[in-house]
Amino acid sequence: MLGFLLRRLGLLLPTFLGVTLIAFALVHLIPGDPVEMLAGERGMDATRHAELMAQLGLDRPLWQQYFSYIGNVFQGDLGRSLVTREPVLRDFMILFPATVELSACAMLFAMTLGLPAGVLAAVRRGTFVDHTVMGVSLTGYSMPIFWWALLLILLFSVNLGWTPVSGRISVMFWIEPVTGFLLIDTLLAGDTDAFWSALHHLLLPAIVLGTIPLAVIARMTRSAMMEVVREDYIRMARAKGLSPLRVVNIHALRNALIPVVTVIGLQVGVLLAGAILTETIFAWPGVGKWLVDSIQRRDYPSVQGGILLVATTVMVVNLIVDVLYGLINPRIRHAR
Amino acid sequence: MSEPTVSAAPPVPPGPIAEFWQHFRVNHGAVLGLFVIVALIFIALFAPFLAPHSPAEQFRDALLQPPPWAGGDDWRFLLGTDDVGRDILSRLIYGARVSLLVGCMVVTLSLAVGVVLGLTAGYFGGITETLIMRLMDILLVLPSLLLAIAIVAILGPGLGNAMIAIAVVVLPHYVRLTRAAVIGERSRDYVIASRVAGAGMFRQMFVNILPNCMAPLIVQATLGFSSAILDAAALGFLGLGAQPPTPEWGTMLADARQFIQRAWWVVSFPGFAILITVLAFNLMGDGLRDALDPRLKR
Repeated sequence: MLGFLLRRLGLLLPTFLGVTLIAFALVHLIPGDPVEMLAGERGMDATRHAELMAQLGLDRPLWQQYFSYIGNVFQGDLGRSLVTREPVLRDFMILFPATVELSACAMLFAMTLGLPAGVLAAVRRGTFVDHTVMGVSLTGYSMPIFWWALLLILLFSVNLGWTPVSGRISVMFWIEPVTGFLLIDTLLAGDTDAFWSALHHLLLPAIVLGTIPLAVIARMTRSAMMEVVREDYIRMARAKGLSPLRVVNIHALRNALIPVVTVIGLQVGVLLAGAILTETIFAWPGVGKWLVDSIQRRDYPSVQGGILLVATTVMVVNLIVDVLYGLINPRIRHAR
Repeated sequence: MSEPTVSAAPPVPPGPIAEFWQHFRVNHGAVLGLFVIVALIFIALFAPFLAPHSPAEQFRDALLQPPPWAGGDDWRFLLGTDDVGRDILSRLIYGARVSLLVGCMVVTLSLAVGVVLGLTAGYFGGITETLIMRLMDILLVLPSLLLAIAIVAILGPGLGNAMIAIAVVVLPHYVRLTRAAVIGERSRDYVIASRVAGAGMFRQMFVNILPNCMAPLIVQATLGFSSAILDAAALGFLGLGAQPPTPEWGTMLADARQFIQRAWWVVSFPGFAILITVLAFNLMGDGLRDALDPRLKR
């Protein structure tokens, strides 16, 4: 198991270095240089420009700049935002819990609906139930989620007035951040009104963000179940006279879950991409909205750092999924 | 008792296209998808004849006019008008051109580059393969939309740059598929036989191996249309894709967002057009996969 883990970690390092290269290249490929951006509208004379370039180390050869950048990255220094003047890492860490909370709830929503729907479709294969589940999930998979968000806002917020349109919590509550997850922090503070407010705000964004993973999970569960149901040991379990419910839920689902777990893990990248759109629409103060805002404000250190941090998150989650996969499926671990 | 006469000719096996169609038409969803796509291509080609108005013409006397069948009274605008009085139906019809163009360009670009890279990686192996595949791994760990946004940030917003960005983002899928298929074919007898016969490197790669790797690529290309259209609309919605006044569906939605409380029709129809188009390509892609992939053939 340790060897497996080390091999996986070894594969991670070149990928990480590649991502730093992309993030580094990004800032150097963008038209104009950072000093001009700092100067803004007022402009700057040539001597002052050269002075600042030297001060920021931007007059050195590119490879030297890259190595000092890498050195800083490994020390946790991702530069300072041009807008907030705060370290990029600090800005990111403040917003990150909001994105994690949203993504986790979206995934929870996707799993609680997707798994049973997939199982049901597989068990009732070829029936109306199956066709409905597959039709709905293909529609969900094809959904432009920014439009789906607008439709839900139109229905639940504008017409019915059930849910708020934007934000994380009503402005009348102030909750001291402990974990950064509002659902937990409000409960820690013992403020149930604030908890309900946070939950209300979370509902629509989580549904929107969970829609595509929901469709993927339902489809994957269905096909995995259909594979497993054909196996001999399932026929054996049936022949022993076990109840159909037990055969499906205990015997079949356990093995069907193996590919599903991988798919769920792979959805993390999809979730983060979806978070960019969802957070922008619902004014959710998370990493996705911050990245879009940073690009629009031309705050390149933030964009550079943000890309690196998001990519690292995806890599770490992929690693965890790989390890989990090896744990639940020994065939993978020993095959390599 | 006379011998029953046996017809001399054995039944003719169906040609590859007929066989494909037999498998394809079983899937009603796929046929429906194909039908919608053909209709969309027709609409895109004949947009100037089908659209009642020009997509840019502003009717100053009819701002935010609801559709006539839903409370409006102006039968000139079947799906209503937007905030500057442009006919939504006409803009949707011209938008089909933009979306199909995006799909075509992105798929062509990513397929061409992806196939060459995948063939190279699979055929040569060794350090070439490692380099190409590691590069693809790097592209894969970046969430697709984020990478597309980053590329657009470098190149500047606009439809052309958005298409390049999306093509780069989807590239790894084509490279991986091609490489996997090439590795499967590389050691087949027919490849070795033609090498013995003196076939050159390019002939091996493009004439002998590639045609046998096409099935998964055709499926991926079809599904690639849907993701390209979806991503382009998302970029347009974020203001990074097609710029106004281009009648692009995502950009139309971005413009319409502020009127969500007053005018549901400006928000509903462009998104519906995106959904139908993407769904059609996904349905057809699923059907193609069933019909072309021999492992899944019944």
